[in-house]
Amino acid sequence: MAPHGGSAHTDGPWYRTYVVVWFWLLVITVLEVGAVAVTLPRALLVTLLVVLSLMKAALIVAYFMHLRYERLNFIFAVLAPAILIVVLVAGVAPDGVNAVLLRR
Amino acid sequence: MEQVGQVVQRTEEQVLEPSPWGGGQSPFAVSWPKLMMWLFLLSDALTFAALLSGYMVARLTAGVWPHQAAIFNVTFVVGPMTFILICSSATMAVAVGAARRGERRLVVRYLLLTVLGGLAFLGMQAYEWTHFIREGGRLTGWAGHVPEGVLPPGAAMPAMFPATFFVTTGFHGAHVTSGVIYLLVKAVQAARGRASAESVEIAGLYWHFVDLVWVFIFTMLYLI
Repeated sequence: MAPHGGSAHTDGPWYRTYVVVWFWLLVITVLEVGAVAVTLPRALLVTLLVVLSLMKAALIVAYFMHLRYERLNFIFAVLAPAILIVVLVAGVAPDGVNAVLLRR
Repeated sequence: MEQVGQVVQRTEEQVLEPSPWGGGQSPFAVSWPKLMMWLFLLSDALTFAALLSGYMVARLTAGVWPHQAAIFNVTFVVGPMTFILICSSATMAVAVGAARRGERRLVVRYLLLTVLGGLAFLGMQAYEWTHFIREGGRLTGWAGHVPEGVLPPGAAMPAMFPATFFVTTGFHGAHVTSGVIYLLVKAVQAARGRASAESVEIAGLYWHFVDLVWVFIFTMLYLI
């Protein structure tokens, strides 16, 4: 029972979006593991991994959690508090950075 | 484009039904249960952000940190765990889509698949914890000898390494466990025709969030 909603514009079945997102999540995961396996400069590796995780997070929130299809007002209301996470990290990071600098 | 059409349709229904807005329109065009789940997830996101930023500071402060690849089996345990959780998120998304389309049997099938993924994840997590504890990991530090190649020669194991590992993955595992129970209840309700499409969607929000958190835990604890 695979209903093919959608027109002749190669829309595919209704679950097509989920399959595509699933595929890309796996590809990015493989890229992450691959980036660790290949010897890269530490700073580059960390930056790359953080960017790739954020990409995965964006895919999950936008398509699996359907945020992309909500009203813009709601999208902003949900995403705005995420600034608090940045504030949190910015608040505690100096402790770690100072520890590193003091050891030098 | 069908999906978008359906969302619009739902919105109209909500606007048309008598609402607490007293004739006004809901500013977000989402129902209360869904809005509250999002709010809960935001607070939960901050909980995990606190755990992970604490981990970051602990790790930078420790000076030495174990070579993760020497302790965790990313290829055969943690990698597959991540793979399973992503797949379970995809099956959950299909369950939500099926609920929207009113295909009850499909909903039950995919909810149970999602539960199966969650259980497989938890089983592997249990295996990993067992292995880690046998090696010497404790909540308060490291017991016994540190295996070869884990630390630079002469360095002591930072107590924060096992501590942050247990607390962070434990918190996440507790979320997965709750999620499995939540989805099992939903599956039973759906099988009896008592689960609204929206309640399945809200359960889905929770499950995807658990996957979302794992994305960051996987990256920070095992890869970086």
